[in-house]
Amino acid sequence: MHWIILPVVLPALLAPLIGFVMRHDIVLARTASLAGTAAFFAIALGLTTMAADGATHVYRLGAWPAPFGIILVLDRLSALMVLLTGTLAFIVLVHAIATGWDARGRHFHALFQFQLMGISGAFLTGDVFNLFVFFEVLLIASYGLMIHSGGKERMRAGLQYVIMNLAGSTLFLFALGTLYASTGTLNIADLAARIPEIPAEETALVRVAAILLMIVFAVKAALFPVQFWLPATYANAPAPVAALFAIMTKVGAYAILRVHTTAFGPGVPGTESLAGTWLFPAAIVTIAVGAFGVLGARRLMPLIAFSVVGSMGTLLVSVAAFSTTATTAALYYMIHSTLAAACLFLIADLVVTRRSADTLHPEPATAQNGLFAALFFAAAIAMAGMPPLSGFLGKLLVLDAIRAPGFIGWAWSAILVGSLFTIVGFARAGSALFWKSTAIADPVPQTAVDAAADTPSHATTVQVAPVMLGLIALAALAIFAGPVSAYLDDTSAQLFDRKGYVDAVMDPVEEG
Amino acid sequence: MSHEGTLLFLIAVLPFVGALLPGLMIRAGRTVCAVSTAVPTLLALIMLLVLAPAVLRGEVVQANIDWLPQLGLSASFFLDGLGLLFAAMILGVGLLITLYARFYLSGDDPMGQFYTYLLLFQGAMLGIVISDNILLLLIFWELTSLSSFLLIGYWKHLPEGRQGARMALAVTGSGGLAMIAGMLILGSVVGSYNLTDILQAGDAIRASEWYLPALILILLGAFTKSAQFPFHFWLPHAMAAPTPVSAYLHSATMVKAGVFLMARMWPALAGTDAWFYIVATTGLITMVIGALIALFKDDLKALLAFSTVSHLGLLTMLLGFGTEAAAVAAVFHIINHLTFKAALFMTAGIVDHETHTRDIKRLGGLRHLMPVTFLIGTVAALSMAGIPLFNGFLSKEMMLEEASHTDWFGSPYAVPILATIGALLSVAYSFRFVSHVFLGPKREDYPNAPHDPPFGMWAAPAILAFLVIVIGVAPFLAEGIVTAAANAITGADLHPHLKIWHGVTPALWMSIVAVLGGAVLLTLHRPLDRAWISAPRPEAKPMFDGLVAALVAASRWITDISHNGAISRYLAIFTITSVLLGFAAYSGSGLAMPTRGLLGVPPVIAVGWIMLIVATVSIVVMHHYRFRALTLLGIIGLSISAGFAYLSAPDLALTQISVETVTIMLLLLALHFLPKVTPKESAIGLRIRDGIIALAAGGGVGSLAYAFMMRDIETISDYHIDNSYEGGGGTNVVNVILVDFRGYDTYGEIIVLGIAGLVIYALMHALLDGPAAKRLKNTDYSQDRSRDRHPLMMVVVTRVLMPIALVVGLYIFLRGHNQPGGGFVAGLVVAIALLMQYMASGFAWTQERKKIEYHTMIGLGVLVAGLTGIGAWLLGQPFLTSAYTYVHLPPIEEFELATAMLFDLGVFLTVLGAVMLMLYSLSRIARFAGETVNVTPMDYDPGGYVTDEEAER
Repeated sequence: MHWIILPVVLPALLAPLIGFVMRHDIVLARTASLAGTAAFFAIALGLTTMAADGATHVYRLGAWPAPFGIILVLDRLSALMVLLTGTLAFIVLVHAIATGWDARGRHFHALFQFQLMGISGAFLTGDVFNLFVFFEVLLIASYGLMIHSGGKERMRAGLQYVIMNLAGSTLFLFALGTLYASTGTLNIADLAARIPEIPAEETALVRVAAILLMIVFAVKAALFPVQFWLPATYANAPAPVAALFAIMTKVGAYAILRVHTTAFGPGVPGTESLAGTWLFPAAIVTIAVGAFGVLGARRLMPLIAFSVVGSMGTLLVSVAAFSTTATTAALYYMIHSTLAAACLFLIADLVVTRRSADTLHPEPATAQNGLFAALFFAAAIAMAGMPPLSGFLGKLLVLDAIRAPGFIGWAWSAILVGSLFTIVGFARAGSALFWKSTAIADPVPQTAVDAAADTPSHATTVQVAPVMLGLIALAALAIFAGPVSAYLDDTSAQLFDRKGYVDAVMDPVEEG
Repeated sequence: MSHEGTLLFLIAVLPFVGALLPGLMIRAGRTVCAVSTAVPTLLALIMLLVLAPAVLRGEVVQANIDWLPQLGLSASFFLDGLGLLFAAMILGVGLLITLYARFYLSGDDPMGQFYTYLLLFQGAMLGIVISDNILLLLIFWELTSLSSFLLIGYWKHLPEGRQGARMALAVTGSGGLAMIAGMLILGSVVGSYNLTDILQAGDAIRASEWYLPALILILLGAFTKSAQFPFHFWLPHAMAAPTPVSAYLHSATMVKAGVFLMARMWPALAGTDAWFYIVATTGLITMVIGALIALFKDDLKALLAFSTVSHLGLLTMLLGFGTEAAAVAAVFHIINHLTFKAALFMTAGIVDHETHTRDIKRLGGLRHLMPVTFLIGTVAALSMAGIPLFNGFLSKEMMLEEASHTDWFGSPYAVPILATIGALLSVAYSFRFVSHVFLGPKREDYPNAPHDPPFGMWAAPAILAFLVIVIGVAPFLAEGIVTAAANAITGADLHPHLKIWHGVTPALWMSIVAVLGGAVLLTLHRPLDRAWISAPRPEAKPMFDGLVAALVAASRWITDISHNGAISRYLAIFTITSVLLGFAAYSGSGLAMPTRGLLGVPPVIAVGWIMLIVATVSIVVMHHYRFRALTLLGIIGLSISAGFAYLSAPDLALTQISVETVTIMLLLLALHFLPKVTPKESAIGLRIRDGIIALAAGGGVGSLAYAFMMRDIETISDYHIDNSYEGGGGTNVVNVILVDFRGYDTYGEIIVLGIAGLVIYALMHALLDGPAAKRLKNTDYSQDRSRDRHPLMMVVVTRVLMPIALVVGLYIFLRGHNQPGGGFVAGLVVAIALLMQYMASGFAWTQERKKIEYHTMIGLGVLVAGLTGIGAWLLGQPFLTSAYTYVHLPPIEEFELATAMLFDLGVFLTVLGAVMLMLYSLSRIARFAGETVNVTPMDYDPGGYVTDEEAER
């Protein structure tokens, strides 16, 4: 069964072909990229079905036994993440192609496929060093995508992005060095088996490694106080890329869930309470940072970027509880916020390209003002956590899951007040963009040619379809919340079954 | 699900499904559009009436579908008397409003959108009143806020509409959020989110320590929605909506959601002192203040809005009393208020529509011009004033009766007096509505000549006015529904009798005082109005706007100073966080005993160490001079390589040296196009701060390294050493780890390298297409250039070195599996050999001699590595499983062939390609910057002496 590695190998083979063989023809590159992404999605779907049986599937690279070789692990969680990646990637790719973003610079599709490879590699690996490698892959690919088509502001923001994340990578190496020096292994299951054996009073080094790893993942997940890079990055990235990046923050959240649950998690004396203790207050502040950013935003793209920061705060508040119920809530919210953020960025793209800038000043209404307003409204209420889309249910699940005294007050106030700020912020933005604009008389177009050249008038069906698809997905997530959470319940139960994970990975006879 | 349950479910769903219709049907015309709105409403109403008899008998219809059982959220509905009353009101008035709006909206208004929003609202509101699950109720609750937002902002070009919509959303939205918390608490106290369970657990709830927080949070939701003081201010601003919306949402239904909720939660929450004092007091204050302001509003709709606020206060107060009779009065007044207030709003809309103004001071005398409207308006207004034989009188009597025997903080007079004042003011503004709009002489200065509207427009208010009289004269007709609703609220078995004459009661006297006093007050209106206008009073809108503006400004300030784009600060925060958290984590436990001793320091190593330190410190001092910094960087890199060699890591040393060489060469080339000196940007204080942070971080890493180098630990690498030869077919365990044990990591890393090549190439293109290109073109680099760019000696030496370097590269590649070396180093060595050719003879000359494109080389490398991995699948092995064999070809000694070497070839190609692509990108920039292209290996031709001389001549 080589299915497990396909989400890595498929884009890894496709990307060089697109980048190096098809680079002179955009149609060819598009076709290959689209076909590859569709196949990726199909594989992800297959993997999810495969993982649904509850077994932890292990793929031993090079046929080496764990923990000596690298292994891939497919359980419900990793399958879910890969599926989410595939869904998002397909939506974003169609948008990028339909709007012509992919042709505004070099190597979009190759980088896109490499990015997919990096993300799915990070989700599937069972080895922390390998996680580092895939963090590198997705970092460098995302940097390439981030500065796609250039521009001064974008270059500047891209530099910050790459510097901040390289600093994170450096810390990652320090953390891995410390971890290896104190446990002698880098396989997550092996770590989970070895760390509890270290006497509790001698765990200083492991603790340092655990907390440094958390900071590394927090950089990716844009958690306070290492979230500073995100708003400028997302706001200046090409919109489809920003939409794809919605999954990138989730890589950080996933890594915290995986590593800090399985390796350092509940039941491990010495490290079990470490992550939650620091994660919780940081997540609370992150919600506040996001809320302030949304309310104070002067431009649309930063507004959405800050709403992403806020949603990461909510997500990590739930993660910080490190309990099965809270993890179910976190996962539901994760699916939701990924799709919601992507929808917002894609709509923003449709709107902003029809205006002079993304500033929240009224300009004459664009063509299809009503359509864009409706789409924006839908995505905004999803992001702000209003019904009927999945955001409200996600928020309820998170609130419901956090009931521990000492946490409840902070978490509930932060999430609810944060929601209010977000609602008001989005209402102000939408009102300025879509309502106030109708009060401004359309300036008389200078010449017919001018008007035709300046305004990319009507959005084609294909351009709107990805957003619609995303919104439909959000609606479906709300309607089928029951079955989805049932799956997620199983997922978090499996995640917290540390022994099951260790046994599956370390079992010498099990064949992947 | 029972048959009735299915019907109930359909009732809940119909408006939402129906909402799809108007948006489409508008294409068939406005009347069709209105009909398509009415049909789902009518269907739902009919279904409701089918269910009604059972409900009036006291049965409860239920429907349940699981939705999110993990959370306790289910799509469950139930219909009892209270739900029936509200549902009938929502659907009934919905029909009337649909009819009215058909004539009210002008041809320019997007009618399809209007009806769609209206149906969405209707569905949401209906959902609130029939939800059997408080989480479901919350969903509908928020949906009413959203649909109200859309409807208030319907005339999006009007600033009042937009601001009113945002204000309503902010106020009701925040209440909704508070309510979420309240409901979640309630749910956890009861252990269920089902209303039926919660309503039966009243005692447990009231006894819980969480009672008060839950009560306050839920009441916040109810008060904001029902515009109770001090949250009442959004409602008048919501009047920017088209009048049908004001009549429907902001008087008849949505604003009653809060009242509904208090009624619904009555068995669970009412009956405590906290309930009485919070709810009744708020209601009382709201009633008086609303009525007072209403009296002095000149805008017809504002007058009605504040009157609505006042009446909502009245209802809240009644529910706050917590007695059964008060509940009956509240239910009855809900019905009565609905009839007269909706009629009044529609009347106001007609007046506005006909005269083009709503300013009372510009109206008057309309009785002659609009007799029908006058009649309807007067009937409704008299009911609002509480004049006998109109329905408003009946419920107001009941309210005064309840108020007359309510004790408030020990005072028996406070509530009755204030209630009478409220009623008095209510009489005054009701009379004002009639007399200042319709009575008086006919005027000549109406903005538009008024006349009665078409039948379609006055039909709806006429029906309501008819109901006002019917109920007013024959109140027993409403007894059934009032009983059912009141029983549903209180959970008791009441049999109230609604009648006109109760005898001479205190309430009657209070009523008489109110009517007479109100009439007197109206005659004094002119002087009072002047006093009111000149009196200073707090205005809610500027305060609200100021609050929002302040919040926005504060948010902006916080965001701007925290995200100021200074990467040095971001990094400083990151570093400090890492050091502090690392230290905190470290302090939480201890270390094992050291198992290793310190080694001695040989003099050579000491020298190397000092060199490293000196070079590092020098970089810190001299980093502004980039060239020097680069040179020092080279020294550091070489010292580290030497360190690796000393610490028996020859592979690392080899890799480090070659990486170092390539990096420095490329950096040197890049530096050519950059400023040679970095400006000094940081103030001394900042530099000291950064210095401290850097030292702390360095110290942290150093002590960490020290801590773990002192301790032995059992690692997985023993396995690697043991299995390197047998399993991996190589004796160089480092290489076997790289290409076999952890070949997957290497695969990832070469891809990183390949992507880096791509990114640099893409970046170069982006740069050359952007403004940087101009700068490149206009900068004069000629001063930096050597006069002899391609010196003879260098050209000759690099040519000689080239084959040697290639052979070395091949050698390093081949021996990699067993000796220090491998594809990565080999790739770098060959890259250096080529780099030297480029440096010696220029890019163009070399480019002409290369056969394979670098893009292709990278791609090929990644593909070769990947396909090698996939090759294992053919043998049924996992990705990257290696195989090796020993081959004996006669002239050569026996040698090994391993698939790992093929993988290593991929590594080799990718490394080489990536480095060369970077070089290519740099040379593109160079040519852009005006560097000349040479086709000969050297600038001057040693054999072309004559030509050169000629050139000099």
